[in-house]
Amino acid sequence: MTFHPVILWTDALIYLLIIASIFCVRWAKRQEQLRSAWRQILQSRLAIISLVILVTYAAIGFLDSIHFRATDQNQITSVESVFDYLVSPLGKNDEKTYSAPFATHLYNKDIIILPNGLHLRDFPHLKFVDEEQMNPVDNRTLDIIRHCTLSTLGGIVIWFIICALSIMLAAQRQQQKFLTKLNKIVKEKEGIVWRTVLITVGVIIVLGFNLFDLSHAYHILGTDKVGQDVFYETLKSIRTGLIIGTLTTLITVPFAITFGMLSGYFRGWVDDVIQYVYTTVNSIPDVLLIAAAVLALQIFISNHPEFFSNLVQRADARLLALCIILGLTSWTNLCRLLRGETLKLREQDYVQAAIALGTSRKQILIKHIMPNLMHLVVIALVMDFSGLVLAEAVLTYVGVGVDPTTLSWGNMINAARFELAREPVVWWPLLAAFLFMFPLVICANLFADAVRDALDPRIRKL
Amino acid sequence: MIAYLIRRLLYLIPVLIGVNLLTFALYFIVNSPEDIARAQLGGKHIDQSVVQDWEDQHGYNKPLFYNNKETGIAALTDTLFVKKSLILFTFNFGVSDSGRNISHDVSQRMWPSIYIAIPTLIIGLLVNITFAMLLAFFRQTYVDLSGVLFCIIMMSISGLFYIISGQYFIGKVLQLVPISGFEGGFSAFKFVILPVVVGVIGGIGAGTRWYRTIFLEEMGKDYIRTARAKGLAESRVLFKHVLKNAMIPIVTGVVVIIPSLFLGSLIMESFFGIPGLGSYTIDAIRQQDFAIVRAMVFLGTILYCIGLIMTDIAYTIVDPRVRLQ
Repeated sequence: MTFHPVILWTDALIYLLIIASIFCVRWAKRQEQLRSAWRQILQSRLAIISLVILVTYAAIGFLDSIHFRATDQNQITSVESVFDYLVSPLGKNDEKTYSAPFATHLYNKDIIILPNGLHLRDFPHLKFVDEEQMNPVDNRTLDIIRHCTLSTLGGIVIWFIICALSIMLAAQRQQQKFLTKLNKIVKEKEGIVWRTVLITVGVIIVLGFNLFDLSHAYHILGTDKVGQDVFYETLKSIRTGLIIGTLTTLITVPFAITFGMLSGYFRGWVDDVIQYVYTTVNSIPDVLLIAAAVLALQIFISNHPEFFSNLVQRADARLLALCIILGLTSWTNLCRLLRGETLKLREQDYVQAAIALGTSRKQILIKHIMPNLMHLVVIALVMDFSGLVLAEAVLTYVGVGVDPTTLSWGNMINAARFELAREPVVWWPLLAAFLFMFPLVICANLFADAVRDALDPRIRKL
Repeated sequence: MIAYLIRRLLYLIPVLIGVNLLTFALYFIVNSPEDIARAQLGGKHIDQSVVQDWEDQHGYNKPLFYNNKETGIAALTDTLFVKKSLILFTFNFGVSDSGRNISHDVSQRMWPSIYIAIPTLIIGLLVNITFAMLLAFFRQTYVDLSGVLFCIIMMSISGLFYIISGQYFIGKVLQLVPISGFEGGFSAFKFVILPVVVGVIGGIGAGTRWYRTIFLEEMGKDYIRTARAKGLAESRVLFKHVLKNAMIPIVTGVVVIIPSLFLGSLIMESFFGIPGLGSYTIDAIRQQDFAIVRAMVFLGTILYCIGLIMTDIAYTIVDPRVRLQ
């Protein structure tokens, strides 16, 4: 079996985003005011927990963004990601249709052909679940308990190893004894960061082990209409949500910074033109503008199938197009904010001094003004993230979101509308979307609040 | 003030022309009318003559900006840009791609939207302000902290969950009200109540949190300290001074959205089967009826801009310090 890497457009941009953020972090590390803000963020327990959970989501999203195509004896399979490979056979075992969480049988009756040739109408067994668990229900409960105990124990052991290793490394770096360091962390003598991080990581590891183990024995969140495992679906939706929340910023930030700075610094006709553009874009109701733009692009994509070699690429193009459109419609607020701030900054003494000393405009804009706008940019980015993740669901429902073949929370909620109306009710896809979307959004909101409190000079004074 | 308003109204014109150009670019340059015709007729394998017929019928068989076949002024006016785009300025929205008169539809369908939007707005405001006052009263205590956390939790749940679970529990399990549908007159009540309740609940998180910030900002000011110093009871300070002054940002924030209420809410109306402008738009989006989408974008922009002008006027009314020049 040979592997060929496949880089989708969104993958490439995600890599670019990661590289860009590494540079940003390295730059920020040298700025004292940003370091103190960062220390303030790390004083809030909620912010730390949120950050760890967000990093977990990001890790899943990242693993899901490394795509390859496996070729096995001239048999080309579809494009997969590293994440698919790690959790396989989770995405591959398709049942026939709906089945409830932890079920052993399908949700609908179907015709079964018995070994002796007779036809029987009953609930068929799931292909995925072991034969042993199929007979009595007690067996299943016992089996679940067995799985949970084992994986919890395993998780705890792994967690202990991770804790020991990280404390050992930290102790070695600071030339302290292991026990002193451990004592300091447990009693939170050096701030609350490490203990909180380690405990959160522990909970995530144990939970992850449980879910991973159980998901290989059962469909823990059931299966959907076409028999796809819902747990797998909701995990795959993480990437879609993250991409919409982050890639949009790749468009927003350059637009907002460039236009905001130019219009605030040069004033005059430049300001008039830029103000006119953003008032115009801003006065169109958001959903309508996005819908109008996405519809136009959809037609463009469907009329030019020659640009895309396969379905995955096409769905990917639609996702990217959605991000670009969301970015083009949402840069206006940040731009207005940056313009106002630039107007203020250009009257500051240090900028006036720089002008008097004959510094070029380019230098003034990049060296003196831009760094002082960064806190506003960071606040806007983290505040927008959760809104964008939520917007995906709404837009997909309206019909201008991601491609129907893309696994996303929006598509899951959309389908749930009809699943709740049918008899008997199918409730688990909606629950699954909720269970995975809610922590992401709430962590993003809590973290954004902490970032804003730390960076916003107006609040800091209070 | 009159001069100011006239200036603002005049500034509307370039903005609307900009919006017009933008939608025109999206629907006639990125996609040719032929693409739209094919999307409307469904599929790539439609015969060219059928596409041609459809274009003739809907008046898409014209050049974009300059018509060679006509002479004089008609060369400029008998074009897609004038006939399809600039004509919106006369509020003649023309005929939708599926053959309906858009202006008539709009005037019919805006009333159900209003039935939902106005109660949601008023009840939502009352509920949010009450909660926010409560949190501001108990500021820096556990009541306040848990209240804020509760708001963040409410904000983090997608509005779709509220709608779907509201429909499921109240409409399907308890069967208190019909799940969806609409009737005019007094019987509208039983159809309106569920969307309104869901709309209010969905807005509590963000609304309460926003108003709480406004109240707290107001409470940090000097005149509040003076009021307390002269011995006013906390409740009196809150209702007489804080609430009155906090109404300035609240009222002006609300006024801007009032005209847009006519457009209704896309999601609410489509879930609850309300025949308002929101569901009209959503149907148009799903059927790729671009004539309607363009008309709604134009209408939405006008209403939003009117909202902005109304905000300016509202400022002068609620805050005598503000003068428009």
